[in-house]
Amino acid sequence: MSQASAVTRPASEASASHGPGGTVLSAILSRLVIVVPYLWLLVFFLAPFAIVFKISLSETAISMPPYFPVFSWEDGLSGFWENVKELSFANYLWLVDDPLYFNAYISSVVIAAISTFLALLVGYPMAYAMARAPSSIRMVLLMLVILPFWTSFLIRVYAWIGILKPEGLLNQFLMWAGVIDSPLQIMNTHTAIYIGIVYSYLPFMVLPLYATLEKMDFSLIEAAQDLGCPPISAFWKITFPLSLPGVVAGCLLVFIPAVGEFVIPDLLGGSQTLMIGKTLWNEFFGNRDWPVASAVAVVLLLILVVPMMFFQRAQARSQEQER
Amino acid sequence: MKSLGSIRRSFAPWNDPQARPYISFQNVTKRFGDFTAVNDLSLDIYEREFFALLGASGCGKSTLLRMLAGFETPTSGRILLDGQDLAGIPPYKRPVNMMFQSYALFPHMTVEANIAFGLKQDGMPKAQIAERVAEMLKLVRLEQFAKRKPHQLSGGQRQRVALARSVAKRPKVLLLDEPLGALDKKLREATQFELMDLQQDLGLTFVVVTHDQEEAMTMADRIAIMDKGKVMQVATPAEIYEAPSSRFVADFVGSVNMLEGTVTSRNGNSVVIKGNSGAQISVENAGDAAPGADVAFAIRPEKIRVTSKRPETAANAMEGEVWDIAYLGDMTVYHIKLGDGQVVKASALNSARVSEDPLTWSDRAWISFAPDAGVVLTR
Repeated sequence: MSQASAVTRPASEASASHGPGGTVLSAILSRLVIVVPYLWLLVFFLAPFAIVFKISLSETAISMPPYFPVFSWEDGLSGFWENVKELSFANYLWLVDDPLYFNAYISSVVIAAISTFLALLVGYPMAYAMARAPSSIRMVLLMLVILPFWTSFLIRVYAWIGILKPEGLLNQFLMWAGVIDSPLQIMNTHTAIYIGIVYSYLPFMVLPLYATLEKMDFSLIEAAQDLGCPPISAFWKITFPLSLPGVVAGCLLVFIPAVGEFVIPDLLGGSQTLMIGKTLWNEFFGNRDWPVASAVAVVLLLILVVPMMFFQRAQARSQEQER
Repeated sequence: MKSLGSIRRSFAPWNDPQARPYISFQNVTKRFGDFTAVNDLSLDIYEREFFALLGASGCGKSTLLRMLAGFETPTSGRILLDGQDLAGIPPYKRPVNMMFQSYALFPHMTVEANIAFGLKQDGMPKAQIAERVAEMLKLVRLEQFAKRKPHQLSGGQRQRVALARSVAKRPKVLLLDEPLGALDKKLREATQFELMDLQQDLGLTFVVVTHDQEEAMTMADRIAIMDKGKVMQVATPAEIYEAPSSRFVADFVGSVNMLEGTVTSRNGNSVVIKGNSGAQISVENAGDAAPGADVAFAIRPEKIRVTSKRPETAANAMEGEVWDIAYLGDMTVYHIKLGDGQVVKASALNSARVSEDPLTWSDRAWISFAPDAGVVLTR
């Protein structure tokens, strides 16, 4: 608490009120604490992004590395400016020209949106049940939600092939139960992708929902019922609006990785599914066209970041209004 | 026994054999697993009554209220409201409304929307809702706060919103779960009288749960003292205080001195008790105490006089030593240690600025009281 307040105060004022020496040191220390996460973001997020962005402005070349120009420390400042002049937005124009990329983006967003919605449908009741469970078994339930993470993601997606393929577990069971006569074609369809994404990202939906629902005062539901509101109506009027922060957080946590998902559409969706993650992979490793692949990645980032920024602004504004 | 009921207003349907109870708990039991929260309890509450359930936490008073609201189902027994059995009626169809201890205001709705919530559920026309909401806001004097959200209000204002919301539907019965528990002392005292006025104005039946005896004494027409899922006594505040029916009730409400002893003789309604200290106590209003019975003589501190010499006229007098003196401004509480070591509390009103008979620590002193100053308790 005192650290946080020292940060917002000018150092001179802090030292004036507490005497010299120790407080100056603590002010510097508390500033250092703030610097660490920024440094982390700079090194592990901003720097790699700058490199990707630079490659996206380069030209593909048959060399090592497979693009041109290549910045090097030996070139000096004049060489640096020469190289900068070589950069262009040609790759981005290429993305706009070819409808393949546009379709891939659209299809990715649609598949991710549907999967997110399905994950919400499955995850909400789970989170609700967990939040209302006796506190003695809540930890166990929480554990069960996190447990699948202990196995490799790739292996779990492979396991779904065994379940969904025409002669797989699911079809065998349904035919044995007499529900169907011939195997269902689930593998290599969008349905398989939805199943894969919902399964893989469900914990990201359940955990934030659980966090908001668990905090909720359930006497509000009793109050609503007491005032003449049947339980289902009370859910839509009280529980759901109050859990919206968790709904939004969960949806973002599922939607964002789902848009760029590569493994699930590649393994479960078959060759004809168009998703931007797969396109990216093909550009990188099929075509060895690093600049175009980088441009695809940068545009993907923009598609995801811009709406999120708008959302955060709106949320900050509504929070300010409430204060 | 002299009538104690006339201290308050003359409203007393419980004394009228013709009156039909409005709410009736009949042999109600509620168990949670092994724990019996309410144990074979029967209780009648009359229309327009301000009824208080008073007890320590865990005595079952809140469970009783929640059963009336419909949030808990009795394990056995019946609850009748205006002659109708409430079994199987869900909370949202009961003509009772509850004011929750936490207030349970909907945080995402304005004050106005909170109050209108129940009315909308009833499908009341919009114009009528607006009218009723305005009326409620005026009643609790929150007109200028209509557009605020609950977290922008003070504790006292939230309490009033909760109250307005729970009476907006004009329920037959208003249930209040520790309604003033979250308020500070000054505000609590002011709000007690507001609640009483509101109950009078609206003509509703109030059932209030509280652990604060002063609150119950101030507001209620009748109080039920509860302990371990049972009702120990149901009576007006004055009866509860002046004529408790058991040691538990006497001890629970207010401050009391309990002198244990045995009844040696009985003459009509008067008895003589031989106290464990050896002192003789003669008492009128002996109740059902028979000779030979082990009884407690319960007497409130303010009924005892403390003097430095033995009073000549007093029916009962005992000698002791001033053990402690607590000066509280309006009164002084003396702790007098009797011969057998029991410490008796006696309070004296400081009606004069300087006492005529000053007593100080370790002085010999006499306590005295009239034969009708206390009650004999057999239970």
